[in-house]
Amino acid sequence: MLDPQARPQSAPRIEPMPVDSPFTGFRTLLYKEVLRFWKVAFQTVAAPVLNAVLYLLIFSHVLDRHVTVYGDVAYTAFLVPGLVMMSVLQNAFANSSSSLIQSKITGNIIFVLLPPLSYREFYAAYVIASTLRGLFVGLGVLLVSLPFVDLPIANPLWVLAFALMGGVILGSFGVIAGIWADKFDQLAAFQNFLIMPLTMLSGVFYSIHSLPPIWQSVSHFNPFFFMIDGFRYGFFGQSDTSPWLSLGVVGACFVLLAALTLAMLGRGYKLRS
Amino acid sequence: MSVPAIRIQQVTKNYGSLKALGGVDLEIGQGEFFGLLGPNGAGKTTLISSLAGIVRPDGGTLEVMGHNVVTDYRNARRNLGVVPQELVFDPFFSVRELLRIQSGYFGIRSNDDWIDEILASLDLTGKANANMRALSGGMKRRVLVAQALVHRPPVIVLDEPTAGVDVELRQGLWHFIRKLNRDGHTIVLTTHYLEEAETLCGRIAMLKGGRVVALDTTGNLLRRFAKHSLLRVRLQRPDAGVALGGAAEEEGGWVEFAFDSYQEVEPVLARLREADAGLVEMQLGEPDLERVFVEVMNRA
Repeated sequence: MLDPQARPQSAPRIEPMPVDSPFTGFRTLLYKEVLRFWKVAFQTVAAPVLNAVLYLLIFSHVLDRHVTVYGDVAYTAFLVPGLVMMSVLQNAFANSSSSLIQSKITGNIIFVLLPPLSYREFYAAYVIASTLRGLFVGLGVLLVSLPFVDLPIANPLWVLAFALMGGVILGSFGVIAGIWADKFDQLAAFQNFLIMPLTMLSGVFYSIHSLPPIWQSVSHFNPFFFMIDGFRYGFFGQSDTSPWLSLGVVGACFVLLAALTLAMLGRGYKLRS
Repeated sequence: MSVPAIRIQQVTKNYGSLKALGGVDLEIGQGEFFGLLGPNGAGKTTLISSLAGIVRPDGGTLEVMGHNVVTDYRNARRNLGVVPQELVFDPFFSVRELLRIQSGYFGIRSNDDWIDEILASLDLTGKANANMRALSGGMKRRVLVAQALVHRPPVIVLDEPTAGVDVELRQGLWHFIRKLNRDGHTIVLTTHYLEEAETLCGRIAMLKGGRVVALDTTGNLLRRFAKHSLLRVRLQRPDAGVALGGAAEEEGGWVEFAFDSYQEVEPVLARLREADAGLVEMQLGEPDLERVFVEVMNRA
């Protein structure tokens, strides 16, 4: 029971500030996540672009005169979409995962948990910011590669569709890893023992038709293969497998990962005890 | 009749076999300056975290300004500002950027006038464009307060805001918080500095083992749980004081007597003289919240 003596009699009633728009919270979190990587763009954008270009220079120098793909496509041209997509995937993953684990370990995740943001807004902001970083880096790799290679773009919509899908899938993966990991080395294990092998063995550097039949079959269990193969189809109008099949697999992966991530966030897994 | 600022009903929370909250009931009126006290592990931070939506209770309900923190969490959180216990910050941003971002999270875009007012009140105007990493611990603590206030919440919870803070900053902080309370904000404070709680809080709840073991106005708690006057004497023979019912302190030969009124002091002094206790030094005083706190915790 309240004691009236404990209350000031003349205190005016305070109202919280009115909300400008129901989307302002989501937009602010998205803006903050973009600003976070943009403030250190030398590390988060320029360095991965340089990394991919080094791959391009070395592999193209060694293999360009010896290998052609899809009949008449030069190896360097074949390689560029693979490197672009690899950059999109790795950087989309790195963005959400590193942002979340840093926030968890330093404790500043509380500033995102206290406001009236829904878990769907939380998910959308982290995944879109990750996709944007992936696309920035991928675009950077593409632009820097263009002087070295004659690259057609047969179906720009396929290019865009697979780049976006790859970004949101790996952004979701990054959210899962960032929430699950309690230490940086757990996150590094996720990156080094799962993301990196799946990327490297997905056909970034080769067409799976150059592999023995058994490894061709195994590649079809790697969803990253479908992301890169579909993306490459957008450039050359040719690919190792049907782009519609790739889109189906990639779409199913997205639905599965988005559902898993939203379920984790909705339950407050490791965020709201 | 206005809704309570905070209403907590039968809230329980267990971490495995550890009972963090064991059915807490609490109601805090609008405009109150309320103290939430208890030893480490009493459940204070779990209760505050439940209120803020960081911890999900196993049972019971919590409301902020009439809004359920689970079913109507958006309105509940808009009405609540929390200053966390840990000195946490985002190293990527300046003070002003952080406050604008925090404001945006609460749905407010153009908030620079209020942000400037908070910065000025907390003596942070000169540091508005400084990166958080460049600030001292005291300044970071003030930024935490600013972040909690950026959406001008009616209810402000301060979880040990003066832990590790120097005296000057502590005074400045309390001056500002008192002003907020006079302006109509409800303040809920947890602190280990009991003299602060005694000075500032109109009402106090004491928690132990996840339960409320005392809840009353500060004045009533002092009257109910502690004797009205205290006599401390330093004796050449402390054992003589103990034989007369005093409580000996560990060092210095000090013995303490508690009375219901000062009229009981003189007879004790007379008996000490008769016992040839050797009175060296004497102090008279009133009970404080620390004494009440110890007594309540011992009884609970």
